[in-house]
Amino acid sequence: MLEARFTKKLWHFTLDIRINLGTEILVLWGPSGAGKTTILHCLAGLSSPGGGLIKLGDTVLYSSEERINVNTRFRNVGYLFQDYALFPHLTVRQNVLYGVKCKRKKDHDLPGKNPLELLEPFGVSHLIDRYPTQLSGGEKQRVALARALAVQPQLLLLDEPFSALDRNIKENLRQEIKKLHRKWKIPFVLVTHDEEDAGFLGDKIISLEKGRSSDTPLQTISEAASGLTQSMP
Amino acid sequence: MYFQINDWFPVFLSLRVAFIALAAVTCFGLPVARLMARREFHGKDLLEAAITLPLVLPPSVIGYGLLMLIGKNSILGKTLTELGLTLIFTWWAAVLASTVVAFPLMYQSAKAAFKSVDINYEKAARTLGAGEIKIFFTITLPLAWPGIIAGLVLSFARGLGEFGATLMVAGNIPGQTQTVPMAIYFAVNAGDNVTARTLVAIITVFSFLVIFWVNRWAKRQNH
Repeated sequence: MLEARFTKKLWHFTLDIRINLGTEILVLWGPSGAGKTTILHCLAGLSSPGGGLIKLGDTVLYSSEERINVNTRFRNVGYLFQDYALFPHLTVRQNVLYGVKCKRKKDHDLPGKNPLELLEPFGVSHLIDRYPTQLSGGEKQRVALARALAVQPQLLLLDEPFSALDRNIKENLRQEIKKLHRKWKIPFVLVTHDEEDAGFLGDKIISLEKGRSSDTPLQTISEAASGLTQSMP
Repeated sequence: MYFQINDWFPVFLSLRVAFIALAAVTCFGLPVARLMARREFHGKDLLEAAITLPLVLPPSVIGYGLLMLIGKNSILGKTLTELGLTLIFTWWAAVLASTVVAFPLMYQSAKAAFKSVDINYEKAARTLGAGEIKIFFTITLPLAWPGIIAGLVLSFARGLGEFGATLMVAGNIPGQTQTVPMAIYFAVNAGDNVTARTLVAIITVFSFLVIFWVNRWAKRQNH
């Protein structure tokens, strides 16, 4: 479904990445500064690669040969930001409906969405009239997920989704993201520096170091991760 | 000597001039500030300095510059005359002078306000399918609002108090181009302390009320 191979020059190295993904979860794993977020930005169209090809389903999103670079707003790619980027001046309801309203203008057949229905699967429908500052970290993430998925994207990008959360909440949310993925059946690309997250969620894992990617055997990381889980009480 | 009904003329004229200048400064200042806050291009520093220049130049220098721009012998002045329009020594020249001196204040405040908006909110809106104009009005502008209010107040106050450049391009024609600062100066010159004191009192009370109300309003918005 997602086919991407591109290069991107960063100031201290050149990123060179190849992704071939069905409807699995791909984890980009590596230390900070390895270019993980830049890859997500290129996939979402928030920055442009130096050259290459990005294809989602049958749609070419970026091609340096054909000089195609689809604008972010038309890419149909969901993005969960590291700090969730919930609009602070809008309520949960308005946040979740923001994308739906943009999309309905372009696509008139799209049915009107009930915000309660959108929030229900994430267990946050009771928070509908709150502002983001009145939410806990876990609630913010659930609302942000609901907002990103409300526009029915064909690909979901998650940038360090657990870095702002307490340990016990994080374990719950990891399970939820796995369930969510089974339900939605679209490719997820998740960025993390945490081996445990990578081992738990990744159907495929690419480990990055200074832009060089290597397909780490899944086994190694899951073993490392399970070792970690056991050693931690 | 009492304060008479037509002595109110400068007050109404000053308010009219300040409000129109404020509208002009907002219409031009916000887009320019938004552009300069996020884009990098060649010659940006030069443009930045040119925009801020009216803030540091003496008002008489700005007045002289405007005279050269719209005066009877300038290209623009001649073109306007051929069209049957005169700008110089009308109250519209006072609007122009106020706009020019107030522009950098609006620009600086708005630019700082736009820069303070976390860029991730704009990126998030883009991934949700919003276009740039929608993002500006639904995300950037509301989040930058407190800083923009500050810019509005500063430029309104600057426009209301404009003296030097206005005197040079609009003159001091009672009943036509005489704004409050002009009326106060010439009343004092003529020894008419009643008019001077009354105008000073009116403008002080008015300015105080505006600042007071805006501060209270901004405080409530933050909660």
